[in-house]
Amino acid sequence: MSRLMLKAAGCAAAIMLVAGLVEAQQAPNPAAAIADLYQPFKAPPGDRTRADVGWPAATVRLPAPIPAIGRAATSAEIAGWDIAVRGDGHNLPPGSGTAKAGEELYVNHCAACHGDFGEGLERWPALMGGRGSLRSDQPKRTIGSFWQHAPSVFDYIRRAMPYAAPQSLSNDEYYAITAYVLFLNELIGEDDKMDAASLSTLAMPNRDGFVLEARPDTEDNACMINCRQGRAVNVAMDSRRFVEPGSASGTDKPE
Amino acid sequence: MAQAAGNAENQPPNLPEWSRSLGPGVIEETYGTRSRHETALRRYVPWLTPDRVSSVSFTPLADMHGIITPSGLHFERHHGGVPDVDPVDYRLMIHGMVERPLIFTLEDLKRLPSVSRIYFIECPANGGMEWRGAQMSGVQFTHGMLSCSEWTGVPLKVLLAQTGLRTGASWLLAEASDAAHLARSIPLAKVLDDAIIAFGQNGEAVRPQQGYPARLVLPGYEGNMWIKWLRRIEIGDRPWFTRWETRTYTDLMPDGLARQFTFLNEVNSVITAPCPEKPLRGRPGFVEISGLAWSGAGRITRVDVSVDGGDHWRTAALQDPVLPKALTRFRIPWEWAEGQTAYLQSRAMDETGRVQPTISALRRARGVESIYHKNSIHTWLVDRDGTVVNVQIDA
Repeated sequence: MSRLMLKAAGCAAAIMLVAGLVEAQQAPNPAAAIADLYQPFKAPPGDRTRADVGWPAATVRLPAPIPAIGRAATSAEIAGWDIAVRGDGHNLPPGSGTAKAGEELYVNHCAACHGDFGEGLERWPALMGGRGSLRSDQPKRTIGSFWQHAPSVFDYIRRAMPYAAPQSLSNDEYYAITAYVLFLNELIGEDDKMDAASLSTLAMPNRDGFVLEARPDTEDNACMINCRQGRAVNVAMDSRRFVEPGSASGTDKPE
Repeated sequence: MAQAAGNAENQPPNLPEWSRSLGPGVIEETYGTRSRHETALRRYVPWLTPDRVSSVSFTPLADMHGIITPSGLHFERHHGGVPDVDPVDYRLMIHGMVERPLIFTLEDLKRLPSVSRIYFIECPANGGMEWRGAQMSGVQFTHGMLSCSEWTGVPLKVLLAQTGLRTGASWLLAEASDAAHLARSIPLAKVLDDAIIAFGQNGEAVRPQQGYPARLVLPGYEGNMWIKWLRRIEIGDRPWFTRWETRTYTDLMPDGLARQFTFLNEVNSVITAPCPEKPLRGRPGFVEISGLAWSGAGRITRVDVSVDGGDHWRTAALQDPVLPKALTRFRIPWEWAEGQTAYLQSRAMDETGRVQPTISALRRARGVESIYHKNSIHTWLVDRDGTVVNVQIDA
């Protein structure tokens, strides 16, 4: 072993010792245990969630494998089912489409529920609008106002749409519908080609709108006696304003 | 006291009709059903969702005894209808950052070492219609996206031992095989702790509405992550940021930022008797107040009950067994006098020391637009005539 390697090994041992001390100090700390309960993972640095970097590895301890249960998956089998596209665009398939090409597909496959302009019919979700509404008392969570990553739009439309026939269109058609929905949100032009590269780099308005868990965020108050301190009970809202007590909010009859 | 209802011909001193003739023999019903006199039903709320295919139904908690939810009354929540999966064709694929990508049949899963555990499952939107105020008619709709079953299956870490894990893995994606292909990212540490791939529910096969033939069980975590009709697990080094962890199941705060990856269902409880479906009308006197408490963080350690809107509290008895991340039944005696107005509340505490907050405290912390994880102390108004009403009161 060279002197350099010895030195490196010594450093590592020192770091492990420090880490051990930190762990020993944290072990009896209930706050750390509670934090692990709510958030059993480490996140990359920064105060917003990120898809563009790896997140720190988990500590893995596995039992011994049991022989001959489970068979090898072939690459063709995996390719047939491996539809998940990550927020950063990982695993987006080959192909492309424009909003212009997507308009007719959208009208045929999507508009019956989501409306001609993505406004959402009846109780079906709106796909556009709501920009700047997230701080208001009527926030509207749409692709343009709320969705974090453009590749996730492709992922969801392909995995779950058209509603009655998911995964029934070609990748080019899914790129075109994705482009049309982004166009409805004024995020791209009518002729902008959406493919793996352009979807991965498209800046979504609410890209930095997500943070990690912040609970526990309320006090643990277990007062037993005279807890209202003389304040009379005042009913702020009585459900009889809307519905009779009992089972009237729901039905067992198909509408 | 009100006179007992019914047919006097069947009551003492007469011999009831069922005592005077023979009933059906065995295997009249080879798969049994409940008495035809029992009427507890799952119900749905038409205005909540666009249709019944992507929708939710609620467990009638007022009719439940003990802590186990009968599988036929387990709440339903799915996004593309209930698929009809043939168990012979069922396959579970595990790939990604593994050493050996593998495919398992249902028989493979059943051959591996299994466990049985009792856990509650709760949709994080349970109670979510009432952030701004009380508007639902009864406990089925304020808290009925909640059920508890005995789940039997293979610990997921046993399957991950079969595939091995590559260095650097930190998250996995679990994906359903229904039309919605619902997919959620889950921290590997949670999976290695207590996740199960369940094929059994309450002693029989998992019901189609609950993910037949195999579903993920993630004790204490919000229900949508317990992927049903599970077809694929992909190992990776970060979350995928699917639609169900951005557009939905994130908690929007008043500052316009949304909390993401909020997995845990915190400590919660509700009184199920009396409740709006089980009023006290015409029955003054002794009442056993009873209800359910639960926490995704572990065991329930205490439940306090108030009948005066939270001014004074008494500690209720907890029914054994008190299991971690399972429903816990509590009971406490009470006397109700006709003409007496009461405000019934329950307040649960778990083994981490977390105490259920008031609705005012929750609103101060999160505003009213976060939809999910509303676990506040619930209030039933017992009106002078014994009607029981869903209300919210000032703190």
